[in-house]
Amino acid sequence: MRSDPGRPDCSVLAAFAPALLDSALEVPQGVVGPDGQPAPKRFNVYRNNVVVSLVEAVMDSYPAIVKLLGEDYFKAAARLFVTQQPPQSPVLIWYGADFAGFLENFPPLEAYGYLPDVARLEWAWLEAYHAADAKILKPEHLAAVPEDQLADLTVTLHPACRWIRSDWPVFSLLSVNRFDGDEGVDLNEGQDVLVTRPDLDVEVRLMRPGCAVLLEGLAEGLSLVQAAERAAGSVPEHAFQFDKCLADLLTAGAFAEFDVLSRPEAGK
Amino acid sequence: MVLNPSGSQRAFASVPCRSGAGLKGSHVAEILETCPDIGFFEVHAENYMGAGGAPHRQLEAIRSAYPVSLHGVGLSIGAERPLDEAHLARLKALNEHYEPGLFSEHLAWSTHDMTYFNDLLPVPYSAETLARVCDHIDRVHEVIGRKMLLENPSTYVAFTQSTMSETAFLKEVVRRTGCGLLLDVNNVHVSCTNQQADPETYLDAFPLEAVGEIHLGGHAPDVDDAGRPLLIDAHDRAVDEAVWSLYEYTLGKTGPLPTLIEWDNNVPAWPVLLSEATAAERLLKKAGSGQMSSHHAGLEKRRAV
Repeated sequence: MRSDPGRPDCSVLAAFAPALLDSALEVPQGVVGPDGQPAPKRFNVYRNNVVVSLVEAVMDSYPAIVKLLGEDYFKAAARLFVTQQPPQSPVLIWYGADFAGFLENFPPLEAYGYLPDVARLEWAWLEAYHAADAKILKPEHLAAVPEDQLADLTVTLHPACRWIRSDWPVFSLLSVNRFDGDEGVDLNEGQDVLVTRPDLDVEVRLMRPGCAVLLEGLAEGLSLVQAAERAAGSVPEHAFQFDKCLADLLTAGAFAEFDVLSRPEAGK
Repeated sequence: MVLNPSGSQRAFASVPCRSGAGLKGSHVAEILETCPDIGFFEVHAENYMGAGGAPHRQLEAIRSAYPVSLHGVGLSIGAERPLDEAHLARLKALNEHYEPGLFSEHLAWSTHDMTYFNDLLPVPYSAETLARVCDHIDRVHEVIGRKMLLENPSTYVAFTQSTMSETAFLKEVVRRTGCGLLLDVNNVHVSCTNQQADPETYLDAFPLEAVGEIHLGGHAPDVDDAGRPLLIDAHDRAVDEAVWSLYEYTLGKTGPLPTLIEWDNNVPAWPVLLSEATAAERLLKKAGSGQMSSHHAGLEKRRAV
């Protein structure tokens, strides 16, 4: 058979593509076996490759969710996700950013309200893993800032720095289900979690009360004093410990290194 | 066109006519520790499109000790839509940064409208797809500024819309674009079995003079709708005996060429993969004993232009 000049072969791909993700659609016309006969089983090899490889890509990014749901359940849920929200970019390391949103709106898992935030934390881990390389700001860098400039100092977040504020114990859930932690998990507890990558290894830390608000403020460009005031106001009186929070953030590598002398404030 | 405008500051820039292995993250530490005697490593470009971190640090370390081949899996050269310029820019950046000895992509499509399917999907072999594929390869050459190798696909279906053979299609792509070819011998075996064709006849018709690299890999057996053998290009096991034979047949015609062992699923321990590469190296030596093949001498000359 030769192609019909009135029907360009691009229509083959136009029929081929949607049928890959929707098994209810018919095998496209013109797709045949070596005998020239329609070959649905052969076409299904492509369907299977597409769906299975995408499910595996999502699986690779969310090991704690896989553990929490069990592999079979995860695969079934991820199958729905990949057919509903297939990737738009060939850079597959970035596929699955919206999986938390999918879990949030997936009625069978409604009772497990912590899943979306655990997924968000795993996505933050992945973003940190692939983030641009940059030197971290160390305590000695901060110590070099003249004292009269310290209060007004602003900082730049390290490219890998991420944080999650959750009403659920997401740090404990991640620790137990991804890193073989053995702590107890109290589902009534909310946790704020910091994700950093000072060099190559991603680090995950539980944040003290108010620390996430401090970091949020600094990310917005507030000065240390402004951000600290906001953080202190966000938690019960005396619960916010500025020095400890700042030390935690510096130890974790939350900020990018800067050259004190080259900062505009230094010249003022 | 200048094929390698940047030149290379690194030693071992070009990929030798030896065997190599697909680089897996789980093997990197052992490779750097044991420094195996292997010709080169090949990486999937898309795995190195993050901004930084461990993947790049590992590849830097590998690249400083071995020649590297960059193999794209997501450019979708057979797609109806124009090439993704953002993706092309990423490929260009990787080429410039790592200065790989070889750069290859597939005769396949993997995107349609806005969707990326993460599979190497087949194209009908018609005048229309030929023109499209050639336009896309011209664009790759224009942007990346070096000659690419195009890989023959493994296929499970045929199209009634096809008007020419795969080998005739590839020959014409080479003639029109000046690209080289990556001959995947496992794909030849898989496709010929699936299309009920003779693999040696296929190779006899293949434009072997354009081949700059060979791929070998494992496949999984299945059956089709009518109970006929259907081989799946799974890259999940050792190279099959039939593929080794076909590789020897190929080398008999081409002489030694850079040869990669692909093992992407059920990835074995590093020594297992290395032993597959060693097996390929034995056949390369056998094919190369005596004189350098006229085929490769010609290729070297073209590369030097």
